[in-house]
Amino acid sequence: MDLNDTPELAEYRIKVRAWLEEHKHAAPPSRGDDDASVAARRAWQKRLAEGGLAAVTWPAEYGGSGLGPLQQVVVNQEIGRAGVPGIFDIIGVGMLGPTLIAHGSEDQKQRLLGPMLTADEVWCQLFSEPAAGSDLAGVQTRATRQDDGSWRLSGQKVWTTNAQHAAFGLLLARTSPDLPKHKGLTMFVIPMDAAGVTVRPLRQISGEAHFNEVFFDDVHLEPGSEVGPVDGGWGVGMTTLMFERVTIGLGGEGFGWRADRFAHALLADEACTRDPETRHRFGELATEFLALRFTGYRMLTSLQRGAIPGAEGALAKVTTIKAAIAAGDLICDVLGPAGLSDERFGELVSDMPGLKSAGGTEEILRNMVGERVLGLPPEPRLDKGVPFSELRAKEKALA
Amino acid sequence: MNFALSDEQEFLKEAARGALSRVNTVAAAREALDGGALPDLWPIAVEAGWPGLLVSEANGGAELSVLEAMLVFEELGRVLASVPLLGHLPASFLLDRAGAAAVVASLAAGESRAAYVPARPPTDLADGWTVDPSIGLTRASAPAFAGGRVHGTVAWVPDAPGAEHLVVVVDDGRAVHVQGEDASVQAATLYDETRALGHITFDGAPATLLALAPGDTAAAWYIGQALLGAEAVGAIDVALAASVAYAKERHTFGRAIGSYQAVKHELVEMLRGLDNSRSLMYYAGWAAQDKPDEFPLAASAFRLAAGKAFDHAARAQISVHGGIGATWEHDAPLYFRRAQLSRRLLGGTAGAADRVAGELLTAARQAA
Repeated sequence: MDLNDTPELAEYRIKVRAWLEEHKHAAPPSRGDDDASVAARRAWQKRLAEGGLAAVTWPAEYGGSGLGPLQQVVVNQEIGRAGVPGIFDIIGVGMLGPTLIAHGSEDQKQRLLGPMLTADEVWCQLFSEPAAGSDLAGVQTRATRQDDGSWRLSGQKVWTTNAQHAAFGLLLARTSPDLPKHKGLTMFVIPMDAAGVTVRPLRQISGEAHFNEVFFDDVHLEPGSEVGPVDGGWGVGMTTLMFERVTIGLGGEGFGWRADRFAHALLADEACTRDPETRHRFGELATEFLALRFTGYRMLTSLQRGAIPGAEGALAKVTTIKAAIAAGDLICDVLGPAGLSDERFGELVSDMPGLKSAGGTEEILRNMVGERVLGLPPEPRLDKGVPFSELRAKEKALA
Repeated sequence: MNFALSDEQEFLKEAARGALSRVNTVAAAREALDGGALPDLWPIAVEAGWPGLLVSEANGGAELSVLEAMLVFEELGRVLASVPLLGHLPASFLLDRAGAAAVVASLAAGESRAAYVPARPPTDLADGWTVDPSIGLTRASAPAFAGGRVHGTVAWVPDAPGAEHLVVVVDDGRAVHVQGEDASVQAATLYDETRALGHITFDGAPATLLALAPGDTAAAWYIGQALLGAEAVGAIDVALAASVAYAKERHTFGRAIGSYQAVKHELVEMLRGLDNSRSLMYYAGWAAQDKPDEFPLAASAFRLAAGKAFDHAARAQISVHGGIGATWEHDAPLYFRRAQLSRRLLGGTAGAADRVAGELLTAARQAA
């Protein structure tokens, strides 16, 4: 067991640190949703990309550094150490880019990945719908093939982060309603400036609008907009979700959710640090954050040995959210009502109820781990093998 | 970076599992509740070299690390094996560090047995070295050492009955060596017969001061925390496997109970506790070796996580099995008893939670 850098990794760390030292004067603040802040953070991503720090694990032929997960961790650590923001388009570079690399056509990769990396084109993920979240395969947004091979698209998506900034989206749509629901889906690339696309912000508990509803009214998609096979979209989507869970489950430290930072917050009222109940609560939640850090090292070790991220990332996500809820709660109990509008911790409280469902609700993740890791039998399903077009009638008949 | 067990460490675990499989320790644990004699596992431990795990090679030991000791304890915990190493390992560690070569060689060879008489190191709020009281939560001062003699009492000392050597941490944080026969040891084993406990009274027992480096007696406390945690990890693993197997085979309303979310999610919660505990076990093992400053934090966090997860797992195993799980027909009550007693020993899981908070708050104060 060894957490030290190998000589090569230590050398890489020195290079990364030197680059950040030289360029950090140009870094914008990490927060802020106004246009100027977003523009500054996109410009910063471009700089990081030029420095080779934006897509560490992407293959070199698509503009990445072609390195492994350990180098990615070094970059994350050094960015944290330098006190500068990371990339702006985490969803694009962290989840959708890798999906395109795995399933996209060569033309798509050549056209799309470069500007994604530099944030000249921001991306959004168009999977969930009002009636298809946990049961994602129930998406109803409909893509119909035209005689010339193009597509017409109609429907609605929701919980779409960065849709208001996005040039493109990766969209899951139903292409064959007469097939059972997992089988009739196709993944598409959609230009967000296409006629018939409407983006409407959704404000969250905190008052900020981090995500949107997106409407599609008879949108025209060029031939070749599909990613992966027609009616093979479910498998493509699974790739994205796998990256999403790892990003949320092991990204907590990047958001500043760390035991040491919360300890610092408690010092705001020194007497609280002697209160047994506060100490007990803090000891318990801090232990969960420590467990996450070292679960991360264990996962990295197996990734580095060639394993594919599996269902374990889902458990890390459950722990992350549980611990972050406990931390927000405790800090606000210590700070009193003022904590709820505290610049550092107010959003921690407000964002958690929503984040509990993001990237898979806790209940769905527990189902997944129970079935895939523990080998437990699934819940009996009423939709297996039923053509999607008949499902609604079946649901109504049962009600 | 590499945060996984080495081939040698995997082999050590396998060998331990193999050695322990020669005796049905779980059946013995049940019989012991009715007064049956426990099998003597000491010869197996000696054959495997466990008594000398933490003793330097120069003194006849294996000179392995806390991580290896935890891996052995994980295997002991799986099968509720009653081997008096929770007392012996920290005691032999301290005697070895003090250079008590003659005694240590006999301990490493398993010819004699030592028990660590624990005292909790001071916290950020409480000065002084304290011991678990025989009843209540109010901690008592550790025994006092003066003029070559020890006075005081310590309750719930693991593996004290029958130990030839006692390594006693005294109220100023030093440690002394006392012959077992010079102390009054009252057997205090209860509830879990596989866990030998004793209340000890020192009434002027002759004692030899051990020449230790600062931090050694505190390290012994945290080794104890780590070993208790590791034992829990093994037990959770067994409880989870038994519960999953039962949830697949037991049917109600025409389907396996493991298909119901209420049952499935409880089993996943057992897995989550196990997985987090295992990560912290590696953290504690790594810190003991490579980052001693963090060992108090790591060992305490591990002990807390594993103790809580074991408590949950022991209860969940009973619920998943229904009524039979709460009877002596099943092994579940044996694991439950182990969990309930363990979480209250050596300062308790609550004490570990407080320690985690204290360590992190101290670091934050220093950084501020």
